[in-house]
Amino acid sequence: MATTEAAQETHRTATGLDNRKLGMWAFLGSECLFFGALITAYLLYRNSSTQGPYQSDVYDIPFTSVSSFVLLMSSLTMVLALAAIQRGDHQKLHVWILATAFLGMTFLGGQVFEFTVFVREGLTVTRNVFGSSFFVLTGFHGLHVTIGVLMLLQLFGMSTAGRLPQEQSLRVELVGLYWHFVDIVWVIIFTVVYLIP
Amino acid sequence: MEHTEHQTTTAGEHAHPGPAEYVKVAIVLAIATAIEIGLYYITSLPDAAVTFLLLFLMVFKFALVALWFMHLRFDNRLFRRLFVTGLILAMTVFAIVLTTFQVVR
Repeated sequence: MATTEAAQETHRTATGLDNRKLGMWAFLGSECLFFGALITAYLLYRNSSTQGPYQSDVYDIPFTSVSSFVLLMSSLTMVLALAAIQRGDHQKLHVWILATAFLGMTFLGGQVFEFTVFVREGLTVTRNVFGSSFFVLTGFHGLHVTIGVLMLLQLFGMSTAGRLPQEQSLRVELVGLYWHFVDIVWVIIFTVVYLIP
Repeated sequence: MEHTEHQTTTAGEHAHPGPAEYVKVAIVLAIATAIEIGLYYITSLPDAAVTFLLLFLMVFKFALVALWFMHLRFDNRLFRRLFVTGLILAMTVFAIVLTTFQVVR
């Protein structure tokens, strides 16, 4: 089994690059179109509601700023986890992977809290077009973060079981690429949805 | 093999930076975020100026994460091309949509 995995890690390709990493970048390129569509829909509809609540009624900028900072810092812990496994330091890998998952779950907890407050204030996905476009955009982003957290926990489980040797650092790198992408999508959402007047 | 890929690289690749450089990038990102939040509360600036500065900081943060944390600055150019193609396609298509519906004039 270990021999098979090692063979998979060293396979040759026509480009000289690992096909899994190429596939991940192609996937992330396609995700630009996915989130681009949702952000565009939000920009089209955010000022088209005929009944409240409106953006200014519900947004809590200090709270969302803290959430954004938490997600941004999770990118640092993620890249430190990659650097750790590339050095063969599994102890630090565990620390940074868990820290990234914890920060991701903190962000998700904040999003659940924010959604709960909005619903209590009368903003639901069917209330008005602002609510529909807002919940679909941020909800899909939250779904991506959730998938990222699950992948991080899987990496942690594999590593503690001794099934993530230094030679397979690409697995951490691929999850890291996905995680950083989710982070940069939030960089755009935070500015375009919450901050721009 | 995978480990050495980051040390001895193919054409167009460079070695990845170390943890100290990642921390420096994170500090710059944190400062940029603090400036963004500060701009939101500044009422003396015109909306157009605030919007321009916020968009500039957004692009700056996006580029920092993509180039350093995602290693686009250091990895093979083909990865960059794949990502940038999707990004440019998305920006072009949705700029056309927003202009058509007069959200952006």
